Parts: sequence; structure tokens; C-alpha cells
Amino acid sequence: MTDLTPVLSATWDAEQSWKLSTYTDHGGYGALTKALGMEPADLIAAVKDSGLRGRGGAGFPTGMKWGFLPPDDGLPRYLVVNADESEPGTCKDIPTMLSAPHLLVEGVAITSYAIGSNHAFIYLRGEVVHVYRRLMQAVREAYEAGHLGKDIHGSGFDLDVTVHAGAGAYICGEETALLDSLEGRRGQPRLKPPFPAVEGLYARPTVVNNVESIASVPSIVGKGVEWFTAMGTERSKGMGLFSLSGHVAKPGQYEAPLGITLRELLEMAGGMRNGRPLKFWTPGGSSTPLFTDEHLDTPLDYESVGAAGSMLGTRALQLFDDTTCVVRAVTRWTEFYKHESCGKCTPCREGTFWLAQILERIEDGHGTDADIQQLLDTCESILGRAFCALGDGATSCITSSVKLFRDEYEQHIQQGACPFDHSASALFDYDSAPAPEEAHA
Amino acid sequence: MTYDGETLAQLEKDAAAILGRYPVARSALLPLLHLVQSVDGYVSPDGIAFCARQVDLTSAEVSAVATFYTQYKRRPNGEYQVGVCTNTLCAVMGGDEIWRQLSERCGVGHDETTADGRVTLERIECNAACDYAPVMMVNWEFFDNMTPERALRVVDDILEGRDVKPTRGSAKVAPFKEMSRVLAGFEDGRADEDQGLGEPTVVGLKAAREQGWEESK
Repeated sequence: MTDLTPVLSATWDAEQSWKLSTYTDHGGYGALTKALGMEPADLIAAVKDSGLRGRGGAGFPTGMKWGFLPPDDGLPRYLVVNADESEPGTCKDIPTMLSAPHLLVEGVAITSYAIGSNHAFIYLRGEVVHVYRRLMQAVREAYEAGHLGKDIHGSGFDLDVTVHAGAGAYICGEETALLDSLEGRRGQPRLKPPFPAVEGLYARPTVVNNVESIASVPSIVGKGVEWFTAMGTERSKGMGLFSLSGHVAKPGQYEAPLGITLRELLEMAGGMRNGRPLKFWTPGGSSTPLFTDEHLDTPLDYESVGAAGSMLGTRALQLFDDTTCVVRAVTRWTEFYKHESCGKCTPCREGTFWLAQILERIEDGHGTDADIQQLLDTCESILGRAFCALGDGATSCITSSVKLFRDEYEQHIQQGACPFDHSASALFDYDSAPAPEEAHA
Repeated sequence: MTYDGETLAQLEKDAAAILGRYPVARSALLPLLHLVQSVDGYVSPDGIAFCARQVDLTSAEVSAVATFYTQYKRRPNGEYQVGVCTNTLCAVMGGDEIWRQLSERCGVGHDETTADGRVTLERIECNAACDYAPVMMVNWEFFDNMTPERALRVVDDILEGRDVKPTRGSAKVAPFKEMSRVLAGFEDGRADEDQGLGEPTVVGLKAAREQGWEESK
């Protein structure tokens, strides 16, 4: 049995856990002092050695990303934190920033020092106003205490941090779309190369990292590389937040070493709701191919999940039991991708539109025998041909669900209706929901 | 431009503060649009012209940006934006039924506002609170673990002029314009307000303690 390892979440239930005083009482900003006494190159080497990989979905080695920056030319370079958490199922960065914003601010300070940046940005999605309050307060507290601003901890290092709120666009989680948005433009992805490390924000060298990646940095610096690499698997080191949601008895955030299995997590989470069987789940958000109960023992690390045909993604484990119609689920995700497609490239813009049309017609019972093949063909026209990963992600749930549950699609078409009772998968009884007049009582 | 002198002076003062956060002026555009919503309740033609002047763009260029983002409203918004998550997980867990009942109660559909201007209903995408599904957002504060009954009570309270409080977040939901000012990057002194911890946030931490984990300092 793999034990849980709260690191990022260790102080979330402390009294006023979001305050600077609480954070420093638990040793906060000690890692920053230590980092400022090190050479930036040694910090980058330490993060490389730790094996920390991007926690925002792609899993690219964080230290390597930092190392891609060209040599200092005396002009600005930037750190941009991707706090645009929007991938369906993903709900780990929001509680981190709500309960422990200083973990992120300290990580920002250490990372900025390591890469030689004097101005960092935290791009937060705009739809979480209380998280923005907490982040703005944390940054202000850090300035007042000398953890940000001029001559931090007497080191001679200066850093300004701007917390920026987006305005509702999933695509801004794509790092180059995020940069365009931060520059005051429509959030559309850029052609790569040049990569942000060479030409990022304002066409200057830029590191873009996810909240959880940056929040992991203080513990790596403070407790050491060996402490970090002792957790996880051979090539997926350290701990991460596993977010369980859906038809599970105790949904929530479980921080564990990479490589833990869903079977182990489910045991801690009290199993499935009402003991019903697990039908399908996403290992890392809606853009990762679906798994079933056959994958309960797949180690949740980058390699094992990849080898089993999906992606670790953001460790957003959305669990659905046997009351759930997979066609309904996939249709709704597809409507999401259609809505969030930025419109820049034709395969994604047009493809997601037609996928939604076809899926809606199948779910509504008006599908034809040719529709399933049409779905797969359209997915093939998008996969690998879209401008960014949104288009690829949109096809994952469709192709994987047709592979796993083709009979269910066929049932919809043959019966001319959805064979499921949608109310059975809800947490409340549709029938006992009060009529509008009774709601006042 | 039809802002009166006092409003314009305040807008210009706030805009200068926003511009001061960025090394390049155009980066201020998103917060400036939130600022305009904090005054007009939507991205008004006046607001677009104001933003354009601040960042030296044309009105057409500012409109092109504003229309890309769903949080910028093109018509006067209700005082309370009520969003029901109808993305897959919340929808399956009951969000669809919550949406149906709220829409029926308010007599409006997606992105429509009640006649009294109190509520704008919206079907929203995933708001990163899936461990609390089904989720509803009121002016972008969390209303977790909703049922039709709870959601209707919140909406009734708003329609009848009472304050509503989120399940995680501040002590009471700020009206749309006040909330928009926070999103423009102005603190409102309410960061320490709290509704206590939701169980899903700390369920893993508690489980770890049961396994004998202790925080090592």
C-alpha cells in the first residue's frame, strides 16, 4: 500500500492557512533564503536532478525548461505562472492557491532567481474571485516582509510579481495562447518555434510553468533532491495532487507519490458511491483517453499511463459508475471543446463543430449507422493536424470511448434513444427535487 | 464619451494604476476591461473607447479582444451572474437538472437576464471544483455540492434582495460591479473572509494522518 505524502497540502487545515504568518510558522520562506545563497546554475541543476516534471499536463522536465533559456544578455526575461486551471476534471491548483498561496509566491521567487528574472507574472483564470483576493494579499504580504521587491533578504536580487486575472477562455491554459492573452490580445496559440524560452512574453526569454510545478520548488530546495527522488517511480519522481471526483464516496485532493494506483486511491476514498461498479474514468482530465476498471492497477506515473494508452495529464481522476451514459459524457465534453476552440485553425474549429453535431444527434436518438465511422474519420482529420493540443485533446474521449463502448453508441442508434436514465447518475433524486413552489418551505 | 467628470477622473486614476503593473501598456487591456465592467456593468461602447485610448489601440481592436473572452459581457449584466456548471462531470452528477430548474424559476435561458436586472443565468464550463460537484458559481464565488433545492434558494434570495454567501470563499457574494473591480486587480480587503474548509479539500490530508503521517518541519 502506497502512503499519502502531503507536502503542498500539508498546511491546508491550519488556522488561516493562507496568511504569511501561518506559512512562516511552518518554515515558509526558509527555502528562499537557502536558494538566494546558492548559484542560480546550481538551483537549475538541483531541479533537473530532482526529476520534477511539469504538473500542468504535458510532463516536460521543469529544470530542463529552465535550462533552455539563452545566456543572459542584460535585457529582461520573465517567469509566467500558468494558473489558468480549466481542464475539465482538474481542481488541484485552485485549492492550493486558496489555502496556501505563499507556497506559490515562494516558488515564484526561487524560480525567478534561478532563471534571472526580475518580473514574474501569475496568470490566474478570472472565474475565481476569492482565489484572486488571496493571491493579491499573499503577494502584498510578501513585499511587506521583504520576500519580494528590492534586495530580497539582503541578497541584491530584485523581483516584482504581478498577479493577473484572465477573462474566461480555456485555451489560455496553452502556454503561448496564455502569453498572447497576457499581452492584451485574443488568446490564440503561437507557432512554435520559436519556443517561449527563446521568444516568449514581449518576445523575450520566458519560462511558463504550472502552479503545482512552481509550488513544488520550495520543498525540493528546502528538503533536498534526495528527499524528492525518494518518492515516485524511476522516471516519474516526487509527489503530486490526485484529484478524485465523480461517483466516488469521498471525492477530493489526495497528495501521493507518482505511481500510486487508482485501486489504492479508491480504497482511501471509500470506494465508489453506493458500491456501484466503476465504468470509465479519465486519468488526467477530459483530454486524456478514457480508462476502465481494467486500469485500476496501472501505476499513475507518466510512463505507465502512457504505455496503457492514455496520459497522466493533470491527475484529474473523474470517475463514472455504471449509471452513466458514455455517449452523453463524451457529447458534453465535445461541446466544451467546440465552445473553447479559439478558431485559429480549421481542423479544430470546424472539426469540433461537426463532432458536436454528430454526437448530439446520436445521443438524441437520431444517429445513423454511418455516424460512428464519421466520428472516427473526423477525429483522424483533427489529430496531429490542429495548431495546438486542444484539437488533439478533443478527439481523445471520442476515439477511446468508441473503442471501449462501441456497443453503447450502436444501442443509441438502433433504439433511436439514449438507453440510460440520466437521473440515476445524479447525486440527488430528480423526482424528490422540489417543485418550484415548494422550494420556499 | 459620456462619462461624467468624476467617473472619468476615477477611471483614469485606476487605469494609471493598472498600467503601472506592466512593462508594456497593452498587457493592461484585460484588467482595464474588467475595470470598465466595474463601472458600467458590461463592456460598454464608452468603455471600449476608454480602453482604446489608454492602450493606444482602435476601438475595433479592443472589441476584437473583448469578444474573445466569455467574462466580458456585451449587454448590461445582471447584478448577480449565476453560472451552473454543465460540463460533463457536474452535468452527470445533477448539474443538468439544476440548470433546468433554475432556468424555469428565472424564466430566462443561457446568457439572459431577469427583467428586474438581478440575475443573469449562464451555463458555465468546468470551474475547477470537480471534487465538489455539482457546482454553481455566483459572481465567481463557489457554491459547492448543489442540489436543485439549494440552488433555487440561492436564486430566490438574490431575486428577493437578500445577500447570499458562498460555501467556500468570502462572507457574502459581492455584486457584479464590485466583483469586477477585484478582477481588475484592486484588493477589497476581504481576502481573510472564509467559510471554513470543504471536506474534499482536506480529505487526503486527514487520510494521511490516519496512516500515521506527521508534518515534518
